[in-house]
Amino acid sequence: MSLAPGQFPRLLAGMPSSGALGLAAHQALHGPLTLPPRQRSRTGHPLILELERAGLRGYGGAGFPTATKLHAVGAQGSPPTILVNGAEGEPLSSKDLLLTSRLPHLVIDGVLAAASVLGSDRVIFALDEHARGTARALQQALAERRELQHRGAPAVTVNAVPGGYLTGQEMALVNVLDGGEAKPTTTPPYPFERGLKGRPTLVSNSETFAQLALVARHGADWFRTLGTATDPGTRLVTVGGAVSYPGVVEIAGGTTLKQLIGASGGLAQPIQGVLLGGYAGTWLPADALDLRLDAHMLLERGLRLGSGIVVLLPESACIVAEVASVARWLQGESAHQCGPCINGLQSIADALEELCARGDRRRTYGRIERWCELVIRRGACSLPDGAASFVTSALRTFRPLFEDHARHGACDACVGQRVLPTATVDPVYAG
Amino acid sequence: MPIGAIGSSSTAFWYLTRASGVVSLLLLTLVVALGVADVARVSSPYWPRFLTDGVHRRASMLALVFLAIHIVTSVLDTYAPISLLDAFIPFHSAYRPLWLGLGAAAFDLLLAVLVTSLLRSRIGARNWRLIHWMAYACWPLAVIHGLGTGSDVRRGWMLALDVICVAVVLGAVWARVRMAEYPTTAARATAAGLSAAFVLGLAIWLPGGPLAAGWAGRAGTPVKLISSLHSGSPARTGSR
Amino acid sequence: MSEKLRLDPIACTGHGLCAELFPERIWLDEWGFPVIEDGELSGELLGHARRAVDACPTLALRLERERRSTAVRSDLRPAGRKS
Repeated sequence: MSLAPGQFPRLLAGMPSSGALGLAAHQALHGPLTLPPRQRSRTGHPLILELERAGLRGYGGAGFPTATKLHAVGAQGSPPTILVNGAEGEPLSSKDLLLTSRLPHLVIDGVLAAASVLGSDRVIFALDEHARGTARALQQALAERRELQHRGAPAVTVNAVPGGYLTGQEMALVNVLDGGEAKPTTTPPYPFERGLKGRPTLVSNSETFAQLALVARHGADWFRTLGTATDPGTRLVTVGGAVSYPGVVEIAGGTTLKQLIGASGGLAQPIQGVLLGGYAGTWLPADALDLRLDAHMLLERGLRLGSGIVVLLPESACIVAEVASVARWLQGESAHQCGPCINGLQSIADALEELCARGDRRRTYGRIERWCELVIRRGACSLPDGAASFVTSALRTFRPLFEDHARHGACDACVGQRVLPTATVDPVYAG
Repeated sequence: MPIGAIGSSSTAFWYLTRASGVVSLLLLTLVVALGVADVARVSSPYWPRFLTDGVHRRASMLALVFLAIHIVTSVLDTYAPISLLDAFIPFHSAYRPLWLGLGAAAFDLLLAVLVTSLLRSRIGARNWRLIHWMAYACWPLAVIHGLGTGSDVRRGWMLALDVICVAVVLGAVWARVRMAEYPTTAARATAAGLSAAFVLGLAIWLPGGPLAAGWAGRAGTPVKLISSLHSGSPARTGSR
Repeated sequence: MSEKLRLDPIACTGHGLCAELFPERIWLDEWGFPVIEDGELSGELLGHARRAVDACPTLALRLERERRSTAVRSDLRPAGRKS
């Protein structure tokens, strides 16, 4: 028994109605995974070539080609550590927690396959410390894997990391696991060269490993039967906001926004805008629903799905208030290490809040876009870049709303509760 | 010793050592004051930051030059038994071991600062800053060394210079603490405490120490030198 | 091979000596932090660049060969600012 080429869903296949899919059921569904045999060269492994043919890219937000990453880590000359990034500090995303809680064996398959190819002797699963339920599910799944008891198997641990937006950043994650703070440090060197305890480390998102498991079983051609040439395969998207069934949905590359909304039960209310890519993403007007969610096409238009996030903002919300609230939250999540980020995000958040409450009395509205420009690529990580993209696209897409606030201050919708969340772990996974 | 036998030229060495010592102290005072101004980010349209930093660095190198003269001439001068090693190893000399030793200690610190500054890019900012902080000890050591071994300590102009140097450094430190955006009580207390202790210490020590009669003996000048002074050997001006 | 200026944004605390010494390519934003512009560093410019690197109190500014700079922006200079 295994998944047919056109079968859909793939990642979410066999999703149980509650709890996690056990090992037996997982193997019945996907078939056994024969781990690729170890090769002498860590970089010449056929699986890496297959990943390249499949065009697999990371699903943590950066979209870095997976084959290239494995190759780079493998070329380092000492056995690498594998770090599974399940920290998911983006409040709008819950796909990694879902995968790890309910379909852990698919993620574990991918991790073990990578470990085999790279000759890793150590694997670390990083999870938000609040996701205790997820950690338990993962521990139970790992206990089921007999091959981990064999001699020569990598040492596997599940580590809790503090919650926070930046914890999922590669360098910050490595630092906090090494006993430091969850803050990025200057790169280079990058984790693939010098990561955990100074050793080469492969850091990848949970979903990326799950996808890797699929390619390891079925190959690149199978992978490409769904999706488009420029966005092959499927991916998970966390849909939020004014849909009937917010949550995680699997889509094939090239699916339109309209189809995505349909898969989430359709719109529950009229919407005024779409947020693509989460708090580091971009805003679109409400009439953009024919947009094809093809990663490459989106990139050409300066748009990103990020870690797979789509939020449909209801008309009842105040976009200015939402943007101001998120901007302030992002400022708080900053590591406060780089001058432009510290000052820039502060100025932006102050100006947006002022706009929302009292209008443009301090004449700061006109400077927001300039401040956004000034923080891009001037920090040690891309938090300020994301914030700048988020704010600037809102200003440009909803300019009349912002101008209105500049003239008149608070509107009726400002008073209500915020739609966009700022807690990082859904209570569902807190166990 | 050949040099001693030349006679009056060895007196020249003694004068040179005193003069270069004073200049070194003045330069060191300037260096510390500028260092404080550098950290305090003092600047104006006519006095850019790189000027404070540049003069700070170059004055310290100039101080080293004068210190070298100070050390070499004190060694070459045969009156007081000071060897070259005494300049590097504190409290090693036969002549006023404690007070001279303080000078050697200050010199060692200054060397450490200079060497680490030249190799700054190799050792990293953290290590460099740590050693630079230790350099703060350089200046009070130099002042006390001057007061303890200086031949001119009872001269009016020397005392005036000492007062000016102390005032400049303490003033700079005070201004820095007051200018700090978030001056902690600990920082203020430390600055106040150290300044007061230093000034009070000097005020208590000086009248009964270097400024009183018989200091030479108490300071550790070898007995035969003191007795030679009283027995009227080659005239040397300046109090011993 | 040509050298490029590279800034460590974590080490940088906005002292501003670099902008004083190399205004052709470095200027300070409104918060006192340097914006470094892209461009060939040769001849006299390289000398100024070296001096700026040497003057940095926190060793945040470096000259490196070829590696992609994280804080190099050519599009930010305000209008009317002379090069």
